[in-house]
Amino acid sequence: MGRITPVHNAGVTFPGVPSARAAARQKEEAMTESGEPQAGPALDELARDPASRKRFLKMMGGGVAATSACGILLAACGGDDDGGTTGQAGGSTSTGSMSGDDTTTMEMEAAEGDLEILNYALTLEYLEADFYRKVADAGLFKGAQLSLLSTFGEHEQQHVETLTGTIESLGGTPATAPETTFPLDDAKAVAELAATVENLGAAAYLGQAGRIQSPEILAAALSIHTVEARHASALNALVGAPYTPEGAFAAPATMEDVLAKVKPFIAA
Amino acid sequence: MIDVKHAAPDLAAIQIEGMSRSAFMMRSALAVGAVYGTTMVSPFVRQALAQSGGGDIEILNFALTLEYLEADFYEKSMRLSLDSELLDIATEFGSNEAEHVEALAGTITDLGGTPVEKPTFMFPLKNQASFLKLAQTLEDTGVGAYNGAGPMIESKEILAAAGSIVQIEARHAAAIRLKNKAEPAPAAFDEALEMQAVLDAVKPFIKA
Repeated sequence: MGRITPVHNAGVTFPGVPSARAAARQKEEAMTESGEPQAGPALDELARDPASRKRFLKMMGGGVAATSACGILLAACGGDDDGGTTGQAGGSTSTGSMSGDDTTTMEMEAAEGDLEILNYALTLEYLEADFYRKVADAGLFKGAQLSLLSTFGEHEQQHVETLTGTIESLGGTPATAPETTFPLDDAKAVAELAATVENLGAAAYLGQAGRIQSPEILAAALSIHTVEARHASALNALVGAPYTPEGAFAAPATMEDVLAKVKPFIAA
Repeated sequence: MIDVKHAAPDLAAIQIEGMSRSAFMMRSALAVGAVYGTTMVSPFVRQALAQSGGGDIEILNFALTLEYLEADFYEKSMRLSLDSELLDIATEFGSNEAEHVEALAGTITDLGGTPVEKPTFMFPLKNQASFLKLAQTLEDTGVGAYNGAGPMIESKEILAAAGSIVQIEARHAAAIRLKNKAEPAPAAFDEALEMQAVLDAVKPFIKA
C-alpha cells in the first residue's frame, strides 16, 4: 500500500454538484492568508457569533425548498443543478467580507448540498431503524444476539431523530420514512443482511465526507460514520466475516450505488 | 501572542523524541486551543504553520504520531502469549496501522512536509488482559482523534483519506470491545476528541 492517493475521489464526486466547496475553500484560504483568523472557517464564525449563525441559518432556509422534495429518489436529484436560483438570500454572507451575488449563490448551493446529503443519510437511517425493528419482531434471535441487534436499532433510531432535527433546524424538510420490506425468514440470512446493510451504511457516510460543506454537519456525520463502522465490524464478527474486509483503508460508496443497493428493501 | 507555557503547563511535560520544529509549533497551537476551545485552533494552526505547509500537514503529522503509537503497540503485543484468536487480531490490526503509518508519512512527503519521526513508546503490557484493556483505550482514542480533527481538514481528498482510516479504527475498536465483553458501539454517536485530550490520553505511553 502506498500513498493516500485521490483514489477516494471517486466516492466524493457527483454529477450536478457545484464546485462551491472548492470555491469556498479558496475563499477561506485567502482570508487566512490575509491575516484575519477571525474570518476563518464558517465554524469559527458561527461558533462565536450568534448573529452570524442566525443569518446563516436564515440564508440556508431560503433556498432549500426544492431539495426536500427529492426524498427517497435522491439519485434523481443528482443533476438538479439550477445554479442556486431558487431564491434570494435573506442576509449577507456569514463573513461579511465577500458580499455579492456570487458568494451568496455559492453558499446557497453549498447549503442545499448539505441538506441533500442529510436527507440521503436520513433515508438510510430510516431503513436501518425499520430493519432492526422488524428483525426484533420476527423473533429470530434471543439473548446476547438480540440484545446486540436491539442496541444497534436504538442507535439508528437516534440517528433518525438527530438528522430529522438537524434538517428542520436548517430550514429543510426531512424526507419521509420509506415503506420497507426485508427477507426475514432465516436467522443466518438476516444476520448476514444486517452486516451487509451496516457495511453499506458505513461506506455511504464515508462517500459523503468530502462533500459536506458545513464543519458542524461534517462533525455530526463523522460521529455517525464510525458508529456504523462499529456496527459493521461487530456484525461481521457475528457472521464470520473479517472485521475490515477492505484491509487498512475503507472504501467509500457513492449515493448512486448505495441507493441502487437498498432499492430492493423499499416497498413500491 | 499567547504565552503557551502558562496556557497549558501540562504540555511542557510531553517530550517526543525527534520532534520536528513544525510538530513543536503544532503543540503550541494546540495549547492555544486548550484555552480558547477547538474553534480557535484551526485558523491558528493554519496561520502559525504556513511556513511548514499549512494545517493539513500538521493534522497529518498528528495522525501519524497516533498511528506510530498503535503500530508499535501491536508490534510489542506480539511478545505476549495471546490466545490464537487475539494473536490473529493483533497481527492483522498491527498490519493495518503500519499501512496507515506508511500512507500518512508518504502523503506528508508528497505535500512537501516533513513526517514526524517515530517517538519511543512504552506500554504497560503484561498479559492478555492488559493488552485488551489498552487496545480498547488506544482504538477508541484513535476514533475520537480522527473525528475531532476531521472538520479542521482543508483538503477534501485528505478528509476522505482520513475518513477511510478512521472507519478502520472504529472497526478495530468494536472488535476489541467484543473481546473485552464490552458494547462494541457504546453510544449512538462517537465522541470527537480535542487534540489536547488525545495528547493527554497518549502521553503516558510516550517515553521521555
